[in-house]
Amino acid sequence: MTPAFAVFLIVGTIAVASSILVISMRNPVHSALFLLLTFLCVAVLFVMKGAEFVGAVQVLVYAGGIMVLFLFVVMLINVRHLPDEKVLSNFWKGGFAVGLGVFILFVAVVRPGVYHDEQLDKSRLTSVKERIWTESHKNPGTYTYRRVHRTNANSEAVGMALYTDYLVPFEVASLFLLVAMIGAIVIGKRELSATEEETAQQFILERVETEKEVKEAMSA
Amino acid sequence: MTTSFVPVLLLLIVAVGLGVVFLSLNWVIGRHQRTPSKLAPYESGVPLLDTNRKRVNVRFYQIAMLFILFDIEAAFLYPWAVIYRRATYGNAGMFLFGEMLLFIVLLAVGYAYVWKKKAFDWK
Repeated sequence: MTPAFAVFLIVGTIAVASSILVISMRNPVHSALFLLLTFLCVAVLFVMKGAEFVGAVQVLVYAGGIMVLFLFVVMLINVRHLPDEKVLSNFWKGGFAVGLGVFILFVAVVRPGVYHDEQLDKSRLTSVKERIWTESHKNPGTYTYRRVHRTNANSEAVGMALYTDYLVPFEVASLFLLVAMIGAIVIGKRELSATEEETAQQFILERVETEKEVKEAMSA
Repeated sequence: MTTSFVPVLLLLIVAVGLGVVFLSLNWVIGRHQRTPSKLAPYESGVPLLDTNRKRVNVRFYQIAMLFILFDIEAAFLYPWAVIYRRATYGNAGMFLFGEMLLFIVLLAVGYAYVWKKKAFDWK
């Protein structure tokens, strides 16, 4: 067993175990923390497959950003510890069937390599050709450009693909980000009309009352 | 194989290991006295005024969403910066510069909009 395979086994086991814990934890904050662990393990798996850039983005965007969003949702809707909830919901049969179906689909479609592009070998995404200014082999003393093949350069290979072949999707991504930005503002910062403003305050007051009552009922 | 990531793996192992060792040493060697004065907050801690699980302002969520969007923008800059450094010869440099400029200008429009709507202000 190579060391790499040992690391894969350990990290993969942690990833699967923590993702099971995500859906079985009672406390939503604990679920979120196990989701963070899953993200980090998946990042390690990405790096081990040579997709270093995706691994870094996984840590940066998912573990850094999406996690914060999840935690804020948990705080925002104020879900409490749910001790009386059943472990399996009533829909577990349907959920199991859908999960099994997706799994079979994955095994059937991904494993034989239906999406495997003949031209796109793995080295194209992990190595780059570049010209370096170096001393000539034929005439020592003179300098010339020489093409070298550099491996272990996933970020550069991704950059080369992203900013040449996939230029249009890249610019469209910026438009998507713009739309999301405006959407976040429009939804969150809606101007309230005068009547809505009044009812909103009324709503908050009622809400506080209800919370107080619930708290008293719970402590009683 | 990505052997250049072995130091990162070692760092991870040491970081996690240290945490586990400290906590378990504390648990094994330390005495378990659960008296009220032992469980009370000390030093910089203060007694709880209210429950820690309260609904928070939606503004936090909005700021987090904007953070993610700019985070993704920054993530796009990394591979660009890596190849731009070496692509300065010929027209490739100007081409790369132009496409990233378009990307950033499009997002700058959003940034200006967000700023104008005072989403960064906290009143």
